[in-house]
Amino acid sequence: MRTLNRKLLRDLATLKGQAAAIALVIASGVMTLIIAVTTLDALSLTQQRFYEDFHFAEVFADLKRAPESVAGRLRDIPGVNQVETRVKASVRLEVPGFDDPVRGLLLSIPEGREPLLNQLYLREGRLPEPGRAEEVVISDAFAEAHGLRAGDRIEAIIRGRLSTLRVSGTVLSPEHVYQIAPTDLLPDYKRYGILWMNRRALASAYGMEGAFNNVVVSLQSGAAEAEVIDHLDRILARYGGIGAHGRDDQHSHRFLDEELKQLRAQAVILPTIFLLVSAFLLNVVMSRIIRTQREQVAVLKAFGYGNLDIALHYGMLTGLIVLLGSVLGIGFGAWAASGLAAIYTEYFRFPEMSFRLQGWVVFLAVAVAAGAAMLGTLRAVWGAVRLPPAEGMRPEPPARFRRGWLERSALRHWLDQPARIILRNLGRHPLKSSLSVLGIAMSLGLLVMGAYQLNAVDHMIDTQYREVMRMDLHLTFSDPTPARVHSELRHQPGVLAVETYRSVPVRLLAGHREYRTSILGMDEQPYLRQLLDGRQRPQGLPPEGLLLTDYLAQDLGLRVGDEVRVEIQEGHRQTVTVPLVGLVDEPLGVGAYMQRPALNRLMREGPAVTGAWLMIDSGQQRALFDSLWDLPGVASIGMISEAERNIREYMDDTILMFALVFVLLATSIAFAVVYNNARIAFAERSRELATLQVLGYSRGEVSWILVGEILLLTLVALPFGWLIGTGFAWALNQAFSMDMFRVPLVITPGAYGFATAVVLTASVAAAVLVVRRLHRLDKVAVLKAVE
Amino acid sequence: MAADPKKRPEGSRNRDVVFETRGLTKTYLMGEVEIHALQGVDLKLYAGELVVMLGASGSGKSTLLNIMGGLDTASSGTVRYRDQELTNASDKALTLFRRDHVGFVFQFYNLIASLTARENVAIVTEISRDPMPPEEALALVGLNERLDHFPAQLSGGEQQRVAIARAIAKQPAVLLCDEPTGALDSKTGIQVLEALGHINEAMDTTIAIITHNEVIGEMADRVIRLRDGRVENIHENDKRRPPGELRW
Repeated sequence: MRTLNRKLLRDLATLKGQAAAIALVIASGVMTLIIAVTTLDALSLTQQRFYEDFHFAEVFADLKRAPESVAGRLRDIPGVNQVETRVKASVRLEVPGFDDPVRGLLLSIPEGREPLLNQLYLREGRLPEPGRAEEVVISDAFAEAHGLRAGDRIEAIIRGRLSTLRVSGTVLSPEHVYQIAPTDLLPDYKRYGILWMNRRALASAYGMEGAFNNVVVSLQSGAAEAEVIDHLDRILARYGGIGAHGRDDQHSHRFLDEELKQLRAQAVILPTIFLLVSAFLLNVVMSRIIRTQREQVAVLKAFGYGNLDIALHYGMLTGLIVLLGSVLGIGFGAWAASGLAAIYTEYFRFPEMSFRLQGWVVFLAVAVAAGAAMLGTLRAVWGAVRLPPAEGMRPEPPARFRRGWLERSALRHWLDQPARIILRNLGRHPLKSSLSVLGIAMSLGLLVMGAYQLNAVDHMIDTQYREVMRMDLHLTFSDPTPARVHSELRHQPGVLAVETYRSVPVRLLAGHREYRTSILGMDEQPYLRQLLDGRQRPQGLPPEGLLLTDYLAQDLGLRVGDEVRVEIQEGHRQTVTVPLVGLVDEPLGVGAYMQRPALNRLMREGPAVTGAWLMIDSGQQRALFDSLWDLPGVASIGMISEAERNIREYMDDTILMFALVFVLLATSIAFAVVYNNARIAFAERSRELATLQVLGYSRGEVSWILVGEILLLTLVALPFGWLIGTGFAWALNQAFSMDMFRVPLVITPGAYGFATAVVLTASVAAAVLVVRRLHRLDKVAVLKAVE
Repeated sequence: MAADPKKRPEGSRNRDVVFETRGLTKTYLMGEVEIHALQGVDLKLYAGELVVMLGASGSGKSTLLNIMGGLDTASSGTVRYRDQELTNASDKALTLFRRDHVGFVFQFYNLIASLTARENVAIVTEISRDPMPPEEALALVGLNERLDHFPAQLSGGEQQRVAIARAIAKQPAVLLCDEPTGALDSKTGIQVLEALGHINEAMDTTIAIITHNEVIGEMADRVIRLRDGRVENIHENDKRRPPGELRW
């Protein structure tokens, strides 16, 4: 088959423009697949290793205070493997040279040694020495953010008392791969730090001598987690336990899991879309190539080439294009995945994250691409195989033309000859024309989806920080505080408005589904923290009943009017039933909301609050911070503008980065589709167009026939493209909805406009290229040559 | 080959029958029009003879040639090559038949534009059982100087001679030529006919030439006239004229 292979290479060289365009689309699919799967693989592998090597606990429980002797009873629970009791303290930190409020979490470790569970990976320095009360190790992200090194000093306010701490080392923990403050969605390493201290020193500073307020547990293999949790809860209830939970509800683990889930969705959706488009393109191009070569096929058959030889020949043509696309896609995919690694190591703190391109991933990518290509080529190749040689030898019969409805309509007087030719060309092969329209519409759809992501993320953050979170500061108190703290806060310097809230940790139960969250008890008509209804308008809270984020309600299978069982994880810890009276539409996070007096009644307590939202005069921020730090009950101060900045940065780094790459790829696809269509239209019409030129039509008039066809197809494709894009965006939206955020399905006119402009530009560019080709056409030669 | 190649047939009837058709008909659709290309053809072709089939366009001659060459199947009737029944042969059997026994020459050469002269021949020799080297086949048609030219770099006559070289390189028993001079001027056409005559004599290949040019009939052993899908008459030449003497 040597000579046949040579023909293959020369055919490919002639088709280089079209082949390159298709290869590019395949490369896009392979690239997105490689990125998603490689990242997914690396992330889950790294997670698994870190968890195993550093003994990440499986059950976690917070409580008020229990004597150390209770630990023995916990160890006796059937199914429990190891138990590590700890002292855990929320603290305020002051870092030299940094003025903003910094929140900290102090955890105890056994005197001078690694704990049994949640062991620390020492990045620098050493663990605190036994008996050294002032020594701490700090999370490496916090150290990095402030340039802190072993030997540096920071100040902590533990239970209202200022202590000076000395950093003895920096560490990583499987418990805090994703390091965020309890009320946040995203890490802010400058304003939130995690510290580990010797048990005795922390216990004495926090008033926990001989006692613990946090316990982590590992399980024996095969043990039932739910039973152990129940058992723990029963024992810890009288010590103020607020409900044990498994890894699923552990903050860091949950975020990591969500990320993996999102990557899994990406690994399926994006490559599928790209590869479907390339399958479609291959189908269009290969059918037309084979049709233009029908006589060659016939000759090969006349001389005794079998069907298999022919199928193999054209199959290899596709194969080469797939190969080219795969090589490009793997190269770019590996490069982009390693770039993504840098971003992930910023958000997920692992000792090391090794991004390597695995053989099976490459194989998977190529196999999927080849599968898609085969799907696209099968029909065309089958057509070539089936072609009886004698029929291939005969010239194609003149196509059947008829007058379309447009020509029979009143418009007919407006149609000149070229316009008629355009209409009949398209009407002659309705299937082919529809496929062209579909191709353009699909590329337009991809662009709409890319532009949707870019715009919608902005829209989402705007909604969250202009409509929902309208406060400047968010305070939390160490303990429930009388509601009169409101007026105290109102009189602080620079405070313009105050709203207080009560937050209670709960477990929501609906059927066999459950979700751990907190109920926020708020003012009747909250202004600083608004609750939006389905139409994005602020809504008030009825005197009784619960509101849930719509996503959460859906997740729990609840509808307005249903009764929700609420297991309160604090105080009397009773389980009550509350009606679901409304839904809240919010893009970030999920939550449960009630009027504060109703929540206080549920808790059988007076008017208590646990936090406050403040609107402030930014000019007096400094003075306000100083004054707030002096209030004893304030556990943390969060700056909303910082949170917003963080989330925008995160979105820029991850989703928007991805969306941008996506838009670039979609643009190249749009061009590939339009250009391919135009080239094929040109190839099919060149004889006819040359004839017209010979008959005295000007170049301009003849070009118009071609350009008009390209533009007409594009125009017809636009509405379908908008529709397909809306569908793609919906699919993406469904796949990417999660606890952390839900990009709203808001496709701005700008997104449609942008996508349309790209496709129109691609059409014009393709038309210009083809017209230039038409002008170079040797009319006489074309007329002589017999195809 | 059955007979002594030097000896010309006195009467074709005492030589081996290569092709035999009985009651051959063919109907096909061209666009929206139904065409009755063959309406009952009975015919025999003998080993080593050169036959010219004459007829106006639409007389069914190309269809007949295609069916004999296994490129097409008949609507009814039978066709037999030596002792092989082609009438209801499978696609695979027809492919093998073409590969092993038949060479085609077409009016428009049908060379593969992306392959050189040598490669256009090689593409056939590579799948043949007992081919001659492509260079030798091209030398037989006088093209040993233009081996590495692409079709676009060759004149029409040269292209047709490459097509003949391609057809004979596998040393087929039968050469079927559909209007081989149809796209050529008379001088070039005669060169091509000389090449065909030479092959017939040197290799004892059975050759059927389809044409609407009466003059070409003079170089044949027998002239078969077709009209409206039927054999109108068969004329046996007493003496074959060398192609060089033909004029039109």
